[in-house]
Amino acid sequence: MMAASLGLMLFTDPSAAVSSMVTGAHGAVELSLNLLALYAFWLGFFSLIEKLGLSRGLERLLRPVIVRLFPSADTETRKFITMNISANILGLGNAATPMAINAINRMDNGSRKASTDMIMLTVLSATSLQILPTTVIGMRATAGSANPADFLFPSLVATVLSTLIGIIGVKLCSKIFDRDKTKSRERREKRRAARLERKAARRDKTKKRADAAEVKN
Amino acid sequence: MSAYIIPVLFLLVLAASFIKRREPYGGFIDGARQAVDLTINVFPYLLAVMVAVEAFRVSGASGYLATAMEPVLGAFGLPKELAELMFLRPVSGAGSLAILDGIYTAYGPDSYIGRCASVIYGSSETVFYISTIYFSQSHVRRLRYAIPVALVATYTGCIVGCALLRFF
Repeated sequence: MMAASLGLMLFTDPSAAVSSMVTGAHGAVELSLNLLALYAFWLGFFSLIEKLGLSRGLERLLRPVIVRLFPSADTETRKFITMNISANILGLGNAATPMAINAINRMDNGSRKASTDMIMLTVLSATSLQILPTTVIGMRATAGSANPADFLFPSLVATVLSTLIGIIGVKLCSKIFDRDKTKSRERREKRRAARLERKAARRDKTKKRADAAEVKN
Repeated sequence: MSAYIIPVLFLLVLAASFIKRREPYGGFIDGARQAVDLTINVFPYLLAVMVAVEAFRVSGASGYLATAMEPVLGAFGLPKELAELMFLRPVSGAGSLAILDGIYTAYGPDSYIGRCASVIYGSSETVFYISTIYFSQSHVRRLRYAIPVALVATYTGCIVGCALLRFF
């Protein structure tokens, strides 16, 4: 993006190149100072929420849903997934990421392809339920909005809808793409089992023959 | 109505902390301290992205993108000024934050464009970043349909959310 815009600027307005980049850097300093204020405020608030044990309550609420969404995950993996989702809901993205990495690593079986459960976790996080988009509220307040929280309802509808579509999408895609593969895998495994059986039978036969020969001797 | 949500929430949490004797002051300080690390971590990315975004804007490339995307966005009832934000949101958190900031400065947070941008940023996540980092320590290299599903879901949510803004 940088290279493309600089290349374009050589044709349109080369003198503006340096000044625009410096303006950008200044903007970054200003924005990060604003962000520092916002983050400090909201993280302080969230640590109060965490101390109250609200995230544990949320985890208990979520458990039955998780079991249905991740049918092949074991208990420990489910615990990580639950913690990831409840952190996402509370807007604690930084706490959510390590939990998800743990969960994915536990589900990892050495395959290069993502399993349906891994995809479900990724899509759930990528469309995460953001009940309180704290950064946006804070930035609106900084920008002098009359009512910084007045977009909350449409935003809530948008985030709930995107999560629902995400869940349905993963379930549908796994029906479409995974069914044939599991069938062919089953067939392959059946063939393999049959082959092994034949081999074992042959080995038995030769062994019996050898035993018989030994007895004769 | 929505003006009451945050203050009431604060009051409830504060009252609960007092009742449960969880030292709200100390807790708040602990949390606020983490913000320094977080900001320092984000700052270099923010700087790199904002330099690029500014060059992108001044060079006129962003205008071309917005014009090119106008029919697509228009079909879903979205203003063309949001093209950059929708484009960058799934890719980079810092980048879309910079663009959101720019939209607030240019059009004001209470304009329809500003409110739309709030819904888009507030209801979505950095899809590509999440998928990369989640699988960073595993053997998985092919995510199959994860990203398309997440993108379709996110954008549908945004479009419906922005449409709802006209009534609220």
